[in-house]
Amino acid sequence: MTLLDIRNLTIRIDGRTVVDDVSLTVGHGERVGLIGESGSGKSLTSMAVLGLRPARSELFGSVRVAGIETVGADAAALRALRGKTVGCIFQEPQSALDPLLPIHRHLVAPLRAHGMLPRGAARATAIRLAESVGLPDAASLVRRYPHELSGGQRQRVMIAMAMSTTPRLLLADEPTTALDVTVQARVLQLMSDLVSRSGAGSLLVTHDMAVAASQCDRIVVMQSGRIVETGTPDELISHPRTRYTAELIDAAYATGWQPRRMREAVSA
Amino acid sequence: MSIELFAATGVGMTYPGMSRPALTDVDVRVDAGRHLGIIGESGSGKSTLARILLGLQQPTTGAVTYRGAPLPRTRSREARDFRRRVQVVLQDPFASLNPRMPVGKIIAEPVKALRPQWDASRRALEMLADVELPPDVAQRLPRELSGGQRQRVAIARALAVRPEVVIADEPVSALDVSVRAHVLRLLRRLAAHEELTIVVVSHDLGIIDGLCTDAIVMTEGRIVERGAVSDVLENPTHPYTRELIASVPLLPPRPTQDEGTHHVA
Repeated sequence: MTLLDIRNLTIRIDGRTVVDDVSLTVGHGERVGLIGESGSGKSLTSMAVLGLRPARSELFGSVRVAGIETVGADAAALRALRGKTVGCIFQEPQSALDPLLPIHRHLVAPLRAHGMLPRGAARATAIRLAESVGLPDAASLVRRYPHELSGGQRQRVMIAMAMSTTPRLLLADEPTTALDVTVQARVLQLMSDLVSRSGAGSLLVTHDMAVAASQCDRIVVMQSGRIVETGTPDELISHPRTRYTAELIDAAYATGWQPRRMREAVSA
Repeated sequence: MSIELFAATGVGMTYPGMSRPALTDVDVRVDAGRHLGIIGESGSGKSTLARILLGLQQPTTGAVTYRGAPLPRTRSREARDFRRRVQVVLQDPFASLNPRMPVGKIIAEPVKALRPQWDASRRALEMLADVELPPDVAQRLPRELSGGQRQRVAIARALAVRPEVVIADEPVSALDVSVRAHVLRLLRRLAAHEELTIVVVSHDLGIIDGLCTDAIVMTEGRIVERGAVSDVLENPTHPYTRELIASVPLLPPRPTQDEGTHHVA
């Protein structure tokens, strides 16, 4: 059974088709990148995995997570899925964390919601989770509030929460877009370590070809609501089959920085 | 011989209520015709330095001169002359373009104010052509344009008065990658053509590498590295610069391919 199996997903908002007949899969332990520019429908597609869709939208097709259909699923079924079978990380941890709750309450919230938190072990568990994502001075850090942490630290809290229930699928929507590049490098490394250690599959939604190419086994390219191409990073970069992918890759090389030794290694 | 435009000496900046200074002992010189990249992450002080060069912020310590004279006070006659010479492009053109003004007027406005002897509306049309936008864009409002088109308008407005220097703070960071490539190409062409001096503030090494001849690297309010852009990026000496460069996610080396030929089905 495929871990994530999206078939013929179509989403319409006010009669306008924003996701158009999208089919994609993520296997167990597979790392898939979903790449596209603004308006490509990549985030709407990833939200549908959690059974979320915009107001006034219509959704057709099938989204199965570990065999469970989320399209048309009731609230209880979706609650069981979110934060347990599927862990999620979003772009801006500031808005995903409750400003009035200290960090330790956040860290254990997914375990508590799914009845997986042993009685009397909340504080110790929170500290262990904070340590698992490399947060410094965990015992005192967990007593602080979200605004007292840096952006990178908040994103580590999100990752610790997402991975705490050992989900089978990690859904990460632009997890490092709001972060500085040095922080991004450390957060990506952490996600990659945790995912490979736990054997979870992952769906990484990003606009950044270099991030997708360095983190994923397979990349799915979306444009204007449709999937235009799927392949390994090497396949897409050496032999893009569509003009759009070719342009996207050209633009990534034209705007991204490459050390000279790498540029020369190729032309040599 | 090189003509010195900006010179900042011993510049320090502490915002009221902040214990840590935003800038400490910054020395920087920008000569005519050079393209300087100011590289840094959030909180590095790079945007504060840009605001100080633009005269929008008074440094707490140190001095800034333009062509040897201190930056003028706002609303003085010298301030008008300085504005004619030094223009700015910001990251988010939506926030910097008047939402109720048609694009043609937006571009003509600084021309009217700073180059009163010029035909402002004609200059606006010239500038639209220069940034590769069709003339009918002049009648439209900013919200009717895409992000890339808005940034072209912001560039057209900055260049309309024929400044000596353009200071651009993250000029393409808010744009999609394909749009970013086009705007970057446009900036590079205009920079070469107009013999402009450029100061680009960015966290993005690709942008700095693509536009600049020189670079400084800032962290925690200090300049930790400076030099020709190729030296700074290829042979960094400071540990921070090394970490920054090692952190950039890289595309794999590209297989040799003739320009423009793709395997398109």
